[in-house]
Amino acid sequence: MSGHVLPLRVYYSVFGALLVLTAVTTWIAYLDLGAWNTPIALAIAGFKVVLVVLYFMHVRYSGKLIWVAVVASAYWLLILFGFLMADYVTRQPIDGWTAPIAW
Amino acid sequence: MSDSHTTAARGPLDHHFETLEQQNETCSIGMWAFLVQEVMFFGGLFACYIVFRYVYPEAYQWGSDHLDVKLGTFNTAVLIGSSLTMALGVRCAQIGQKGRTAGFILLTMLLACVFLGVKWVEYGHKFHDGLIPGVAWDPGPGAPNGSRTFFGLYFAMTGMHALHMIVGLVLMTFVAVRSLRGRYSPQNYIGVEVLGLYWHFVDLVWIFLFPLLYLLGRHAGGGH
Amino acid sequence: MTTSARPSYLATQPKEDNYLSAGYGVKSWLLTVDHKRIALLYLISLTAFFCVGGMFAVLIRLELLTPQGDLFQSEIYNRLFTMHGTFMVFFFLLPSIPAVFGNFLLPLMLGARDVAFPKLNLLSWYLYVVGGLLSFGAMLAGGVDTGWTFYTPYSSTYANSQVIVSAVGIFIAGFASILTGVNFIATIHKMRAPGLTWFRLPLFVWAHYATSLIMVLGTPVVAVTILLVAIERLFHVGIFDPALGGDPILFQHLFWFYSHPAVYIMILPAMGIMSEIIACFSRKRIFGYKIVAMSSLAIAVLGFLVWGHHMFVSGQSLMAGFIFSILTMLVAVPSAIKVFNWTATLYRGSISMKTPMLYAMGFIGLFTIGGLTGVFLATLSVDVHVHDTYFIVAHFHYVMVGGVVMMYMGGLHFWWSKFVGRMYPEGLARVAAVLIFAGFNLTFFPQFILGYLGMPRRYHAYPEEFQVLNVFSTAGASVLGLGFALPLCYLIWSLKYGKRADGNPENAAGLEWTTTSPPPKHNFHSIPVVTEEAYDYTQREAPGV
Repeated sequence: MSGHVLPLRVYYSVFGALLVLTAVTTWIAYLDLGAWNTPIALAIAGFKVVLVVLYFMHVRYSGKLIWVAVVASAYWLLILFGFLMADYVTRQPIDGWTAPIAW
Repeated sequence: MSDSHTTAARGPLDHHFETLEQQNETCSIGMWAFLVQEVMFFGGLFACYIVFRYVYPEAYQWGSDHLDVKLGTFNTAVLIGSSLTMALGVRCAQIGQKGRTAGFILLTMLLACVFLGVKWVEYGHKFHDGLIPGVAWDPGPGAPNGSRTFFGLYFAMTGMHALHMIVGLVLMTFVAVRSLRGRYSPQNYIGVEVLGLYWHFVDLVWIFLFPLLYLLGRHAGGGH
Repeated sequence: MTTSARPSYLATQPKEDNYLSAGYGVKSWLLTVDHKRIALLYLISLTAFFCVGGMFAVLIRLELLTPQGDLFQSEIYNRLFTMHGTFMVFFFLLPSIPAVFGNFLLPLMLGARDVAFPKLNLLSWYLYVVGGLLSFGAMLAGGVDTGWTFYTPYSSTYANSQVIVSAVGIFIAGFASILTGVNFIATIHKMRAPGLTWFRLPLFVWAHYATSLIMVLGTPVVAVTILLVAIERLFHVGIFDPALGGDPILFQHLFWFYSHPAVYIMILPAMGIMSEIIACFSRKRIFGYKIVAMSSLAIAVLGFLVWGHHMFVSGQSLMAGFIFSILTMLVAVPSAIKVFNWTATLYRGSISMKTPMLYAMGFIGLFTIGGLTGVFLATLSVDVHVHDTYFIVAHFHYVMVGGVVMMYMGGLHFWWSKFVGRMYPEGLARVAAVLIFAGFNLTFFPQFILGYLGMPRRYHAYPEEFQVLNVFSTAGASVLGLGFALPLCYLIWSLKYGKRADGNPENAAGLEWTTTSPPPKHNFHSIPVVTEEAYDYTQREAPGV
């Protein structure tokens, strides 16, 4: 659609980066970083997603409308997750109730 | 943009479009709009994941311990590789190399089948270990609260993802055949481009699924 | 009548060449990719499903004539209101205006020959019909009794009814909705005629654009939720069933994340029709065009932030309740802005009370009542008192029937001549409009009172003291039913005996009115070039009565 033909080295570099990041995320998962494990794993995954979106999906070279679509999807996901968790994290414990045993 | 309506053979230009450029851009927007809805579709599953991870943290650590990290990492590499071959296929279509386009698409399909094969093996392991809720559930006495939910979500999410891969395989067959028949050209390769967009999306979902399902219980001790 | 010269692109059109005469026979309809024919296919199937949903309404109102549950057992009554809701919401209201009017008119209003993806359009219709038939089959096999909202764990674990079949039917119809949204977004972005900039678009187009955004962003979430209910039902995973460690409120969150924006999918296109009708029948451009256009987008965005107002008493946290309550107040603002702008358009306009305008006037009154009662319900403390009572039932019927259906009827009358090339009998149509308005109010206003007095919804029996109001309501429903039956009859009658219409009987502005009635198969001989603002009524004289 963009007509912009990317040189092969861009594709191979992104591929290489993605493989390296995959190895890194697996390796880091085995280190005990306490509460940091999750954010780091998500950040690495996020960065991989950005690489795929920008280069493999050509968004870097696409018009504004496509950028809006990408940002809007991320934003709507955040709305879903954010408001959903706003309920769960603010629930008050109920006295005398224990969770049912569920396998 | 509006030139006189050519009545002669319009080639690949559909009757309701004025120019090939308009047709290409429209198809691109159409696929992106579709991908937005796919994001929200998987988003619903991720939302369930987040909620239950918050409520049952031990089950998630226990659950991901029971997943095979080596197979998962291997599969991630395979899928990323398939994204590369797909991107290269689109590039070949952009520069008019019909045979190579089909070749790269077939390579992508091969890698996709490897991925699905590994998943099949993994599912088989889960069956033997009694970790499929509603089908074969016998996790043993140490299973914490919420472990059934974890595996239910595991199968729902990876199953949905696999289903999307199978649909991708069907689409890839279609596009590869069209490419071999010479239907695409550097001015008209939008079919390959939107297939690529779809396939990269499938890759994106797995890029998040992999750490969330396989990796978050790996480190010893607290924090999650 | 028109003071502008006849456009050159109509000069060479033969009289009989139109989309209805371009091919006869079942195959030419069932395999059509013409957006106009697809719109008519939708019109027919929508009418059928409306009748199915209406039949259940009749049975409900018959039961509620007497305080005892004497006509149906409660288990059967549960199925009646569930099927009424399911068919009306998923197979009538949600598709209605976009599928009929959006499909028919968007390409015409944009100066295009068809929507972006004509074959996908046909697929949408087929998916919708298949989904509807599946749900109809589920109904024949005993129906569903969970309420149209399918709350868990009843729907996911304990219900003994056709939950999965029905849910799959809704899933498939939802996919049709998504594809329509994709189609419209691409069409509006890429198929506008030269010179047709965004701010020259009719507000009908803006409304459908905003609606399509909601379709694409919201529907997939309910789709995956339905899937999870089916998975839960089959595999007892423990996502929604508390006995298995799940959370029923999670279902409600996911369900309402879509189902609240869904009501904006219903109302936004109706508001789009409002703008077209009000402009034409007051011979004025819409006051505050840009604000009205932006408010459509605002409703679409804000509509996603308020879903928890359906769950104030369900068990979500109080903090979540506060947040959703405040945000719901906010979403009322753009809707109110539209009502103010339409009213301002009427001011000093040259108003003619033809049938579409009667429906529009009805809309302003009924939608205002429905919308304002929505603000009452947004107030957390009030909602605690009236939730799950007839107050809620009245509120949503005011906005959905008093709003959406009024405009469906209004649009049907406004564009009927464009669709079929014939006029309906104006006198009878006005009578029907008044009957619908009167019958509607008699049916649903008593329900506000009933709800406030404490009559719960979804009950087939009630305390004696509520009977009088219930009898009024059922009487009103009879009038309403008659009101709907009239257009069904005279519109079909007009197909053969109605006066033949010319291209623009009301001398309205808009590209769709520049074609013949019915339009030619490919809409325009050559794509028009647009140089004017929308609603340019300064140069147009009203037609003589």
